[in-house]
Amino acid sequence: MIQLERVSKRYPNGREALTHVSFFVDRGEMVFVTGRSGAGKSTLLKLIALLERPTRGTMTVNGRNTGTLKVRHIPAFRRQIGVVFQDHKLLADRPVFDNVALPLVVAGAPLKEIDRRVRAALDQVGLLGKERMVPVELSVGEQQRVGIARAVAGKPALIVADEPTGNLDPELAVEVMRLFKRFSDVGVTVLVATHDQHIVREFGSREIVLESGEVRGGDPDPLPSLVASR
Amino acid sequence: MNPATLATRHAQALMGALGRLARAPLATILTLLVIALALALPAALGLLVTNAEVATGGFSQAVDMSVYLKSGETVQQAQRLAHRVRTMPGIANVTVISAAQGLRDFRKYSGFGAALDALTSNPLPNVLRIVPRAEASSAADLDRLRRDIGAWPEVQVVQLDAQWVLRFNAMLGVLRRLVLTAAVLFGAGVLAVIGNTIRLEILNRHAEIEVTKLVGGSNAFVRRPFLYTGMLYGLGGALLAWMILEAVVIGLTGPVARLAQLYGSAFVPAGLAARQCGVLFGGAVVLGWLGAWISAYHHLRRIEPRA
Repeated sequence: MIQLERVSKRYPNGREALTHVSFFVDRGEMVFVTGRSGAGKSTLLKLIALLERPTRGTMTVNGRNTGTLKVRHIPAFRRQIGVVFQDHKLLADRPVFDNVALPLVVAGAPLKEIDRRVRAALDQVGLLGKERMVPVELSVGEQQRVGIARAVAGKPALIVADEPTGNLDPELAVEVMRLFKRFSDVGVTVLVATHDQHIVREFGSREIVLESGEVRGGDPDPLPSLVASR
Repeated sequence: MNPATLATRHAQALMGALGRLARAPLATILTLLVIALALALPAALGLLVTNAEVATGGFSQAVDMSVYLKSGETVQQAQRLAHRVRTMPGIANVTVISAAQGLRDFRKYSGFGAALDALTSNPLPNVLRIVPRAEASSAADLDRLRRDIGAWPEVQVVQLDAQWVLRFNAMLGVLRRLVLTAAVLFGAGVLAVIGNTIRLEILNRHAEIEVTKLVGGSNAFVRRPFLYTGMLYGLGGALLAWMILEAVVIGLTGPVARLAQLYGSAFVPAGLAARQCGVLFGGAVVLGWLGAWISAYHHLRRIEPRA
């Protein structure tokens, strides 16, 4: 599902955020990317969601080479991926329902389908009944869960989450992670960036440790061919 | 994408644009008023020209030439000359107004009846009234005809009543060009107003556009509501312009009809004809779409999600 071969990312300002990163994530896996802030976790997720392009190396996400994918194919590519942002990226002036429905509207789903799937997604994150509230009326944790509902509403093949539990109390954090785990159990690939070691230990999923933009531990599981090419 | 989905998306974009315009009524009305005035001005000029053409339609084509024969020439001679003129190219009609007929008409219309009775003989000459064909009514054609006929020995003088018609037609020509110029200039104004309005709208909705692109909204998807907004501005502006013009025409009908009556005409000013309405509304919608498209093309590309 996700395959990186010696991927590097250098920003226009010259900062090298990732250096020769290689790893492999199979379909339906749930993988944690850990590391201190500034280690390159966010950059990695941006590369996967195609918010940034890799500077060097080859990167395949959901069968697409993100280094060479044409600009006009990016929207369709993004519709296959649910992204949960650290700062939620919710529309402040729209009710919860509209926020969660956005990916479905963008994909051109029929209204009935949108209604059904938004409710299902809100039910999964425990926010059913709050469709008509606007984000500011919700707690930070609830806003985070709206963001998660939006990411899963479109039934993506891949969910990428940047510190999804950063603003949640430990109990709620575990709850959210269980939610992600359930998605991975039904075949959705889940990649979670977190610095919360407690969560990682609790779930025992595969972990990739980033440090200063390089893979420094965990189990990156590069394909044998990649190991040979190093 | 299947047609039903596409239709749904267009309907959503249209309803979204309508809703947004309705939620800021004051701003919408101000923008519509600016657009309407910019559309109404060239349209009003156009109305002026078409109405002037209708009001003068009867005689702007009626270029005619009066050929006064020398006083010794007989009516029979006049008939022969009329026949000769008829065989010339570019002539629509020739009538002979005999001296006796001329005197009867003069007595009837001039009010000098009693004075004329004092005359012992008819002082009027026989006259040929020549109407050239419309296609042979240019200034040069008429001048050539006047000189040809004026050179005949039986002819005293040729009077061409065309000068004012030519001037009038030339004036209409200037006005028509003015309408076109105004339409282009004010059309550009409408384009700029709509483009700028859309630009502000895009800036206001920066966050929404960014998030929409984040979840996979294509440029076409993001642009669509703005294009509908532009077209709605054009349509609304045209509607308002049309109402303004109708009001102006209604306001002018009374005074203009009285003026026309004094000239013996039953003319009343008319509003925009169906074809002109088509141009106004169609043009405004196209301008709205184009203004929005240019603006959206430039500004939407700059908004790329940066998580």
